[in-house]
Formats: sequence, structure tokens, C-alpha cells
Amino acid sequence: MSFLGIDIGSRYIKAVSIEKGKILERTVVETSYDPLKKSIEILKSYNPRRTVATGYGRHLLSFNGRTPTITEIKAFAIGAKYLIPSCKTIIDIGGQDTKIISLDEKGNVKKFEMNDRCAAGTGRFLEIMASALGYSIDEFGNIDDIEGTLQISSMCTVFAESEVISLIAKGVNRKEIAVAIHKAIAKRVISMLKKVSLEEEIVFAGGCAGNTLLKNIIEREINKKIIVPKNHHILGALGAAIHAENYFGG
Amino acid sequence: MTKDYTPLWKEIGLDLAKHDGLLSVLSDAYKNIYLSQKNRPEGMKYFDFVISEVHGLRIEELYEAKKEKRKIIGTFCVYVPEELILAVDGVFVGLCAGAEVGFEEAEKYVPRNTCALIKAFMGFKLSGLCPYVELTDLIVGETTCDGKKKAYEIFDEITKKMYVMEIPNMKNEMDRELWHKEVIKFKDKLEEISGKEITLDSLKRATETVNQKRLALQRLSKLRAYDPPPISGLDALLVNQISFYDDPVRFTMKVNELCDELEQRVREGKGVVPKGTPKILISGSPFAIPNWKLHAIIENSGAVAVGEESCVGNRNFRELTDESFNSVEEGIEKIASRYIKIDCACFTPNNERIDNLKSLFNELKADGVIHYSLQFCTPYMIEAFKIEKKVDFPYMRIETDYSMEDFGQLKTRVEAFIETLK
Ligand code: SF4
Ligand code: SF4
Repeated sequence: MSFLGIDIGSRYIKAVSIEKGKILERTVVETSYDPLKKSIEILKSYNPRRTVATGYGRHLLSFNGRTPTITEIKAFAIGAKYLIPSCKTIIDIGGQDTKIISLDEKGNVKKFEMNDRCAAGTGRFLEIMASALGYSIDEFGNIDDIEGTLQISSMCTVFAESEVISLIAKGVNRKEIAVAIHKAIAKRVISMLKKVSLEEEIVFAGGCAGNTLLKNIIEREINKKIIVPKNHHILGALGAAIHAENYFGG
Repeated sequence: MTKDYTPLWKEIGLDLAKHDGLLSVLSDAYKNIYLSQKNRPEGMKYFDFVISEVHGLRIEELYEAKKEKRKIIGTFCVYVPEELILAVDGVFVGLCAGAEVGFEEAEKYVPRNTCALIKAFMGFKLSGLCPYVELTDLIVGETTCDGKKKAYEIFDEITKKMYVMEIPNMKNEMDRELWHKEVIKFKDKLEEISGKEITLDSLKRATETVNQKRLALQRLSKLRAYDPPPISGLDALLVNQISFYDDPVRFTMKVNELCDELEQRVREGKGVVPKGTPKILISGSPFAIPNWKLHAIIENSGAVAVGEESCVGNRNFRELTDESFNSVEEGIEKIASRYIKIDCACFTPNNERIDNLKSLFNELKADGVIHYSLQFCTPYMIEAFKIEKKVDFPYMRIETDYSMEDFGQLKTRVEAFIETLK
């Protein structure tokens, strides 16, 4: 029987089932206004031997069904180590927060940083900026990197949005604005990286890791390669599933 | 509460409707956070009672004391010598506040980015919710952080009761002299308002009372080092918070009774959590009552808080006052030199704090330290970085306030930190 990891994030619920370390199935659904209901539906459809929950909403399940939990930080560490065994640093940009995690040789969490309180520079921020500029989120992340000196000075979602709107009104090219927004986010991520670790391999995961433009800018600025695993958006759920199997599988 | 105190509250001048609201929020929070804990010691019953009567019986006691012409002296800092207040038969009460109450009112006088502790004591007063402030005869401030210094100016305009002690910024010979003089001046002030002279006898008795209280708190602190600890961090924090406004003699007796019970638990190997539960030492800004946020998060995340390197905690009871004096003057000197040992981040340099933190860490056999700064508390926020570079134990810095806005994020960070300790 399989082991399930479920990552209840602020925007999406991700679930992964594994058996003997092999990924069997995965599910991604929107968190919606009733994450508990959605999570229970997923649990029922998988009917796993054991489940471990992680993510912002992990305690929802732990209160209800006594599902053990681990934090996203630990889950990402386990998941990244599994996919990229030489991983030393993880960048995780999710719907509402950004985390940088450094790992030791064995894959244990050494140090971590999280942005506090607001959504500045996270997935939600990207969504709002993309829509202000009339891009879909996929288009937004696939814009070509262009040279430019335009700078976005505010990282607060509200102020940045009005800054963007006033730039549009001034007739600035929207592609240029989009690149400037990505540069501003990259700058924030890099300052967090410098505080925690820049050691390779550096793995970029979480919902925003599919944003190629952001990845390219960070790579260029730190002059190091960044790996985006194919399963980057379900890394937390994968980590939780591996933890479930290691912990309860014996 | 055992009886209806409404007439008393009315007489004191509280805003009755708002006050009822406050009490019901407080009692709900207390139920959720405190009464839901498992394996609590019997001895906590007294402290539960004190909390349930925080605006009741204790206020009545103060009211009675006032009728007997005893002076009620309010304070905001562990630098204010309690011995002198007791030596004129005064009543000592801490006025710091730990809840987000009256912030809108407070923000009419101080900027938004003022630390929560300051906004709370102003907010409580401005919304007519603190019976303690209303009953005080004198409110003693001190020149520690900039926020407090400036807030006291405003507080004086509102209450007309402020008296501010000058606390030096350094600990050189000159500073010690200044501080010594300030203590003498404070003694004179207390004698003046109470009409009582401090005698060798009254000073000796007062010093002994305060030392006994400190010894009881030290005893409690040491018991938290056992694995498993016989008492939760939340409960121990509460005892420390109550030390600032309960009657000192009764309080000491109750803490000692509690410790007798805890010693028995230790002998039986009984604890509040399973053996091997990660032990966290908290270090930083004060935890004014009812600020239980961080302790609650830690203890709901699979760890136990075993100490507070804080003014509501270790910094309040670590040092005793030398009782071997033979004159009032000598007593004052001993008191002055006891207080200036306090390693508050408002001093520069303040290297002894790091040494004290390290030795407390070892003494309590802690597994990690969470450094807690109230947001906008620059002295502690900066020292948090300094400490990080000088310690080799697991360490995490957090900045927070009284609001619940950051609860989720804080919980994730604390849990992840605890995961690294396992
Ligand atoms: S932290 Fe400093 S200013 Fe605050 S109570 Fe302690 S000694 Fe006083
Ligand atoms: S917590 Fe910090 S900023 Fe606030 S009153 Fe105390 S020393 Fe000042």
C-alpha cells in the first residue's frame, strides 16, 4: 500500500503517493475556501497506508484526523534531497511566502529564512503584476530577459501595483516593466540567499519555479547554475510522502 | 471572579462596557491557552485564581491598602528598586501591558511603529481599562529606550503622576555614581510622598522580602532544567508575570509550595511532556502579561520552553541584594550596585548579556535558543544579530508583536526550528 504526502498551500493543495520510494500518483487542486473538505476528498481517493501533511494548512488535518505533520521547510528538504542528492540550497517561492533553506551533507536543514508577514515578492505578487500588465502567468514567466535600467522601487503588492499602473500610463513598454518586476523579486531572493547559503547545488522549487525569467535573472546575478526539478511544484508533498514511508513504513 | 466588583470599577473610573469586553476576551484566551494544558501541577491553582481575580480581588486589596494610606507605586522596568518601595510600606505594581488593547487611542499620541509594549500601556490607560494605573499614587519611569523615554513625557501629561529615574547608558565609574545618586533621590521621593522615613530595620525587612521572592523564582527556574520538566513554560511564565503585581510575601509562599510539588514530581520522574522533548530557552524583550503568544506556539509545536532570558524571567531574579548592611546609606549602596548588574540591551556595551545567556543555556540544559524581539524594539533587535554571531548553539531570531497576524508564519518557523533540534 502507498504512502501519501499532502501539501496544503495557500493557493494549491498538492498530493503525491509513493511506494518503495517510487512516485505513483499526484494531484493538484486549488485550495478553495474549504481546504479541509478538499483534503479529505483527496485522502479518501488515495486511501493510503499512512499520510503526512505539510504546508500552511497542515494542522487542519492534524486536528481532524490526527494526521502527523512536518513543516514545509523539512518537507522541501527531504523532497529536494531525494530528487537532487547533491542539493545544498533550496529556493522555494510559493503562493504567499518565500523560503531559503540550506542543507547539510546528510540533507538535514541547517538554516532557513522566510519572508515575514506580507506577500511581497511571492506567487501572489507575480499573479497580481501579471494581470496588471495583461499577461497570463505562463506568458509572464516566459518573457525574454532584456537589458534595461527600469527599476521598480516598491515590493509592497499595493504600492508596486500602482507604480506599475503609472508606468503603463507613461507609455513604458510593458515587457520592460515585466522584466523590472522580475529583477526586483530576484534581488530580494538573492539577499535572502546571501544570508543563508549560496552553496551548490541550488534547487529552485515551489509554484513559482516554473518562471523561467526569474530563474534566469537569479542565475545571472549570482553567477551559478540553478536546478529546477521537473516535479518542482509538488516537492513539498513528495517530501511529506517520503517522510511517511521512512517513518511509518518499517 | 468571586463577586461583583462593578461598584469598585466604577469608583476607580474604568470604562465599564469596554472593561467587560476585555475581561471576557481575557478569560477565553486563558481557557484556551492555560486551562487546556495537560498534567498541570496542583500548585498552579493559586495562580489561576490570581489571574481570574486580576481586576478583582487584587484591585480590592490595593484599594484597601490605599485607605490605610499606603502608597501604590507603578513601574515599567526591573531597574526600579522594589526594596525602597516596600521599605516605606508601599505597594509595588508592574504596569507593562501585553495585549493589543487601545492601540488606536495610543496611536493618536505615538507613531505606529512604536513597540507594542509602549502602545499597550498607553492604550490601556487611554481607554480606561487599567485599574492599576488608576490606583497608583506615583508612576515611575526610567530613561532606558527612546520609545519609553518619550512616551513617559506624554504619559505624564495624561496622568500627572510620572516620576522618571535616570538610568545611565554605560556602566563606568561615573555612571555608577549617577545611578547611586538616582537611587538616593528615589528614596527621598518615596519618603516624601509616603510621609515615612526609611529606617535600617524597614530597609532590612524589605530587602529580605524581595530576596525571598527572587530565591523562590530562582528555585522554580532551576526545576525547569530537569528532563522531563515538571512544569510547562507557559505556567512558569505566568508565575513570573504575576510576580510583578501580587503581594510579595504571599506570592513567595505560593511559589515555594509549587516548587515543593515540582520537586516531588522530579523525584517521581513525572513531567509535563515526555522525556527527551526539545527544550527551548527564550531570550530577549519582556513578556508583559497577558502576552503568552510565543510560549503557546512553542509548546504546541512539540517542544517545551524552559527559561526566559528576559526581564519577565531571569533578568528579574538572577541577582540578590546583599543583605549585610549596617546603615540605611550602606543599604542604598548595596541596592544600587545590585540593580546596575542588570544586563539590559539599553546599555552599551552589554557583553555580559551574552555570557549570562550562555551560562543559562548550560544551566537549563536547553537544546536551542529562540531570540524574541518585540517589533520596533531596536536595542533587542540589534543585540539579536550580535548574539547570533557569538554563540554556537542552535539559535533563531524572531521579531513579533501582540497581534495574531503573523501566527501562521511564526508557527511554521518555530516548528521548523524545533524539527532541526530533534
Ligand atoms: S528590558 Fe530593559 S528597559 Fe525593559 S524592563 Fe528590562 S531593564 Fe527595563
Ligand atoms: S520592549 Fe524594547 S522598545 Fe519596547 S519598551 Fe522595552 S526596551 Fe523599549
